[in-house]
Amino acid sequence: MVPVSDGGPEGDADERQAHTVRLELVDEPGELLNALHPIAENGGNLLSVFHERGSLTPRGHIPVEVDLECTARQFRTVIESLRDAGVNVIQAGTEQYGEEVTVLLAGPLVGTDLSDTLSRIEACASASVVDFSLTDEQGVDDVSSARLRLAATEGSTDAALDCVRDVADEKDLHVVEPLVGGSA
Amino acid sequence: MKLAVIGAGAVGRSVVELAGDYGHDVTAFADSTGAVVDAGGVNAEAAFAHKERVGSVGEDDPSAALGAEYDCLVEATPTTLGDAHPGFEHVEAALERDRHVVLANKGPVAERYDDVMALAAASDGEVRFEATVGGAIPVIATIEGMDPSHVTAARGVLNGTANFVLSRMAAEGLGYEHVLAEAQDLGVAEADPTFDVDGTDAALKCAILANVLHGGGYSLADVAVQGITDVPSSALDLAAEDGRTVRLIGEVTADGDVRVGPRLVTANDTLAVSGTQNIVQLETTNAGRLNISGRGAGGPETASAVLADVGRLPER
Repeated sequence: MVPVSDGGPEGDADERQAHTVRLELVDEPGELLNALHPIAENGGNLLSVFHERGSLTPRGHIPVEVDLECTARQFRTVIESLRDAGVNVIQAGTEQYGEEVTVLLAGPLVGTDLSDTLSRIEACASASVVDFSLTDEQGVDDVSSARLRLAATEGSTDAALDCVRDVADEKDLHVVEPLVGGSA
Repeated sequence: MKLAVIGAGAVGRSVVELAGDYGHDVTAFADSTGAVVDAGGVNAEAAFAHKERVGSVGEDDPSAALGAEYDCLVEATPTTLGDAHPGFEHVEAALERDRHVVLANKGPVAERYDDVMALAAASDGEVRFEATVGGAIPVIATIEGMDPSHVTAARGVLNGTANFVLSRMAAEGLGYEHVLAEAQDLGVAEADPTFDVDGTDAALKCAILANVLHGGGYSLADVAVQGITDVPSSALDLAAEDGRTVRLIGEVTADGDVRVGPRLVTANDTLAVSGTQNIVQLETTNAGRLNISGRGAGGPETASAVLADVGRLPER
């Protein structure tokens, strides 16, 4: 391992710390291995893997909790490469993505350039789209619904939602926002 | 107490029917076209029969009820926006005579709260309005009991029709128009459900809650309102896949923001009540979170809130 020193604001970037990542895997052979590769390849030291076979996430997938040790900088790379590999990261340590919010969008999603909508939300400094589902409204032309899960850095949920609202307003899309703080 | 009941819709009629059970006498009863006044107690059956036959509850002029002998005016005419006419003038007339007022009509306290409170301050009469928010649920009394200074925020499901439509759409995978038509057949939704589904009714209730929590200054214009008409069933399907659902939530925040709109909540959230149920969640400084749920509409249910208010008034 080549020590990294970015000289940036994070003074502890070189310090190896334990991190917990929660993943959601499809129940297919090789999926777990596929998810662990990016961790090892990017300098993460696996501490434990808790594969909760038998319990399912609300979407019918298998939750996996991985404890690993690496530097903060490596951790960011690990998460990015997990997502690049198509692995659904539910939670990536409390520091990185302290808050997650789900929003619904409805309206002419396809007709208003869906990929532009998503990339503009992604472009918000505070938000990252970690999961996305799209369904057409049956029997209604040009209307679809989408569910987006956004990872937001600690304390920036409101800013992330503002960003979604702005893009939606411009494209005449309807937003169903999460009730933040209201959930029991 | 002697009651003058103005308004002969489901709530007004139930108040007249049930007043005796609560130890009160109805000495005047009016609708928009007629009135019956009887210092010895209005004959409810005769008034209902008269309305059935002629269209009004009695032969007297409606204004006769306002001038009759009573201790408390029960204002149960339909809610109107803006100047809240004629409900506001009824409130004014009673308070100027130093009589108490109990409102089931949201208009005066949602749209002209400060005016109503100024009239009450100058009167020996008091104004109460439990029935205007959450039907049978004792929301206002609970806030009053905690003291508004100890209640930092309120949120909840405040419209049974919208909640019925959303919960049926989610449960059955049916479209908005289909479920709305079904709700109308069942009598859950009115022939013109506009105020229920566009969020106006919930917004009026939120304006009232904001007035109570933040000491006045709010009207419908201060509420950011979004209805449920643009929530497609495919959006509810996507929410359900993720263990969530959508409810029309009204919210009054500690900062004084007031909004009504469809919101994502987890399917097992306390606020995800089903059918026509209403729920109000209060955030308090020392007591944590309180949840009160129940029937948010209906004649006898709302009348029970009206009569509970009458019971809270001081003797004149």
